[in-house]
Amino acid sequence: MKTTYLLGAIAAATMVAGAASAQATLEAVKARGELICGSNTGLTGFGAPDANGNWAGFDVDLCRAVAAAVLGDATKVKFVPTTGETRFTALQSGEVDVLIRNSTWTASRDSELALDFVAVNYYDGQGFMVKKDLGVSSAKELDGATVCIQTGTTTELNLADFFKQNNITYQPVTIADDAEGQRQYLAGACDAYTTDASGLAASRATLPDAENHIILPEIISKEPLGPVVRHGDNNWGDIVRWTYYSLLIAEEKGITKANVEEVAASTNDEEVKRLLGLSGDMAVKFGLDNDAFKRAILAGGNYGEIFATNIGEGTSINLARGLNALWTQGGLQYAPPFR
Amino acid sequence: MAESKQTHFVRTEMLQPSPPPLREAGVVRWLRENLFSGWFNTILTLFGLAVIWLLVSSALPWWLNGVWTAGSLGECREIIAKTAGEGASGACWAVVRERWHQFIFGFYPVDLWWRPVLAFCLLFAAMGPVLFAGQKRKLLILLGAVGATIVILVTLAASAVPNEVPGQTDAPFVWKLALALSLLTIGAMMALTAAGSGRLLWFTGLFPALCFWLLWGGPIWVPLGALFGFVLLAAVYSALLKRAGPGMAAGLGLIVALVWWLFIDAPVTVALNNAIPFGLTSVQSDEFGGFLLAITIGVTAITFSLPVGILLALGRQSDMLIVKTLCVGFIEFIRGVPLITLLFTASLLLQYFLPPGTNFDIILRVIILVTLFAAAYLAEVIRGGLAALPRGQYEAADALGLDYWQAQRFIILPQALKVSIPAIVSTFIGLFKDTTLVAFVGLMDPLKGVTQIVRADIDWKGIYWEPYIFVGAIFFVICFGMSRYSMYLEQKLKTDHR
Repeated sequence: MKTTYLLGAIAAATMVAGAASAQATLEAVKARGELICGSNTGLTGFGAPDANGNWAGFDVDLCRAVAAAVLGDATKVKFVPTTGETRFTALQSGEVDVLIRNSTWTASRDSELALDFVAVNYYDGQGFMVKKDLGVSSAKELDGATVCIQTGTTTELNLADFFKQNNITYQPVTIADDAEGQRQYLAGACDAYTTDASGLAASRATLPDAENHIILPEIISKEPLGPVVRHGDNNWGDIVRWTYYSLLIAEEKGITKANVEEVAASTNDEEVKRLLGLSGDMAVKFGLDNDAFKRAILAGGNYGEIFATNIGEGTSINLARGLNALWTQGGLQYAPPFR
Repeated sequence: MAESKQTHFVRTEMLQPSPPPLREAGVVRWLRENLFSGWFNTILTLFGLAVIWLLVSSALPWWLNGVWTAGSLGECREIIAKTAGEGASGACWAVVRERWHQFIFGFYPVDLWWRPVLAFCLLFAAMGPVLFAGQKRKLLILLGAVGATIVILVTLAASAVPNEVPGQTDAPFVWKLALALSLLTIGAMMALTAAGSGRLLWFTGLFPALCFWLLWGGPIWVPLGALFGFVLLAAVYSALLKRAGPGMAAGLGLIVALVWWLFIDAPVTVALNNAIPFGLTSVQSDEFGGFLLAITIGVTAITFSLPVGILLALGRQSDMLIVKTLCVGFIEFIRGVPLITLLFTASLLLQYFLPPGTNFDIILRVIILVTLFAAAYLAEVIRGGLAALPRGQYEAADALGLDYWQAQRFIILPQALKVSIPAIVSTFIGLFKDTTLVAFVGLMDPLKGVTQIVRADIDWKGIYWEPYIFVGAIFFVICFGMSRYSMYLEQKLKTDHR
């Protein structure tokens, strides 16, 4: 990860000089007729191309919503796979317009790397998976355990903090990526495998004997994942942020992909009218057409629909909404008023 | 004397040789001499056998239980559990069956697969005149094989097109036309070979442009425009050769060509395309992946790094201070920096130095840097070959009255390159394997890039060895082929009398 910071620092220095010319992401996207979205090189449920090369996933659907809002066509997205090392530099250098790639929002990424995290589309946290016959029911009982951990990630630091705070010891087994981690864990190289809880759930779902493995209840870190844009182009950041919020508001107001036209015809709710571009000129103030956010909802449905299709209960990954439920249902997903 | 006692025994026929004792013959003897020739060797043999047994007994069931037809890893496991019993392990080759096309072509559009396939086959036709120079019979066999392969593979690739192909595709007659044209070319090349003509190198020279056009598509004027730059270079060179000498002529030719490429080429190409629009469906670089990407990068870099490497090696030996300093600086800088750093530079840093809005193709950037990287290593390899030549060879060339370039061409380089063949080919093999590093800049190399995408599919998540084994096997075939060719070349060029 050293490389990331070095490249990032160079990039940041260059960006300060180039900030004045960076106001124009929206114009550039419109002129190009295509949104370039930095995506993962392949993460189950969040973003990966299928056998025919069509991208699908939770993060991918947000990219499509932004494209629908800005360009009027959810298919006009070019997905550029970025690795953990190249993602932020790719954004800073202008190689991608927006990065929607399960990146954790941290203070240093905001300040040092000169990035703007505009929203949190998934609240994740680090968890542990262990074999049932280990007889452990809490992470605090993992004293002396061997733990598989990906190097160079925030999870590595969280792990060290957690064990230190609880006065217990562990033996790290470092691994390069998730596939290797799963392999090592299955082969018995480590007692526990730790990574983001969403990743653990996906891994557990594909184990040959899923019922013999449990995910421990402790979540030892905050991993707010969200879309990222460059410093210096606030209008573009606002567009991405409010495209996301429009999906949240849509869920809150019960607007789905299927009923959006019907709601538009019958609604008395003033906020919904503004959101769908029926009254006022809210979207125009962002530099978009007035029904931009309606198109965003039409692209992949509201937030709840996107969640349910890609990672929610009923899919193979089977994640509960948990922290990602709407604030009205006890979760953290909360959109400011659309006014 | 009693003659009757004279009963001398005279043998009239030879005795049949009796068979050697059992322990001195056949298998037993071989075993005894090679495996059990002493107590120490016997122990080693037994130990070796135990290790082999351990490996085979643990891995063999996995190979034997392999499943080829399944829709997901879970299904694979069910089938293995059903056929081989609960708890048995087995390979799930179904992933290769389902996703092989991504390992080979990446996301290259299915209906255009015939284009990379054709380019790949023609590659051998283009390499033939170089690889088998002067070997009429071998060249004919190679060309014939290429022709047959083209017919089979291109037809297969074109018929792989699913029925419901979206609109913008090349009409079906395009691939038939291309097939006919390539067969004609191969036929012409075979005829020329049979007639003993050396003009086949023309095709080799044209191939890079043809290959580019086949892979990326777009208007035909783009590769033609690029080629025209070389034509200009050659024209200026041959016009000035007599008057200005080879160095100056080549330099001026290069300047003219650069002016063409940088300033005149693009507008002319656009104008020509507006006047006579003719081209193939264009394919974006981000649709490249798998072995298509690895071979594109590898072959291009190998082709261009050899001449650049030779020039660098000669430059390093030069007496001219500036040339020498530049070459030494370049070689030492590139060799001192890891390839990953150069790739990061190509993919990210370069963007800062280019004017905003420049769209400089990522694959092209990577190819350029990989070429430079390989060239620096080759330069040192070739310098080793140059240093191995006795001083007398240089002096003899001078004594014959040859100028610098003639001496290099006729005396020095043929010998130096011959000495360096094993090291050169080993650099090439290393370079080809290094192409997998492009995964770190987000390109879809077959080993990590495509594998990761396949694993991100919930159906195949958790699969581990099978993609690696599949990709590794293909890499092995290609690298082993290169290695065998280099040994053949060494044999052919062997002129010493040991």
